Amino acid sequence: MTDIPLWAAIIFAFLVVSGAGLTLMGCIGLARFDTFYARVHAPTLGTSYGLVSMALASALYFTLIGGRPVFHEIVIVVFVTVTTPVTLMTLARAALHRDRSEGKPGIPLPAPRSSVNPAPETQ
Amino acid sequence: MSLVLVEWSLMIAQILLGVAMLVTVYRMVIGPRAQDRVLALDAFYVVGMLMLLTVGIRVGTPLFFEVSLIIGVLGFVSTAALGKFLMRGEVIE
Repeated sequence: MTDIPLWAAIIFAFLVVSGAGLTLMGCIGLARFDTFYARVHAPTLGTSYGLVSMALASALYFTLIGGRPVFHEIVIVVFVTVTTPVTLMTLARAALHRDRSEGKPGIPLPAPRSSVNPAPETQ
Repeated sequence: MSLVLVEWSLMIAQILLGVAMLVTVYRMVIGPRAQDRVLALDAFYVVGMLMLLTVGIRVGTPLFFEVSLIIGVLGFVSTAALGKFLMRGEVIE
């Protein structure tokens, strides 16, 4: 491991520890919340703040020890930012479908089609 | 001085991420329904990806960056397929 300047090390330590701590907070929320629909929100703390600060720390470190700008962590950030809403929406729609088909109480009914997307008059 | 700071911050981050992995495994074990287990698996993939980023910084090679990218892709595909399975009962219609 080569040495990096002290200001960079302080920024690096802050980014790494805060990213890991926010990820841990999201996972504790995943374990502690009461309903599934509350639990869906918790791990996104790790995929947004945790991943961004960890990728910034990695880019800073490899830029400083390599002597040239290294920004390939951006690829992971863009990919995860694009795909996380897709997977969690799929999962939440699946859970809603399962809860509705079992008739659990407290689950909102599907919106009537006419109020969301009014059908054109056919006469 | 700065080397000590880097190594200790990496160690603290790895301990925090390890605890986060244990917490997601706890939710995966006790999760009352299948969608809770799938959600915990997705969170586990994300924490594993961050853990491999810290391992890559500690070792000093950019090789682990590609490993964590592959883990991200596999987490997306597996969670999307499991969500589709929970919705329809089959993955490919």
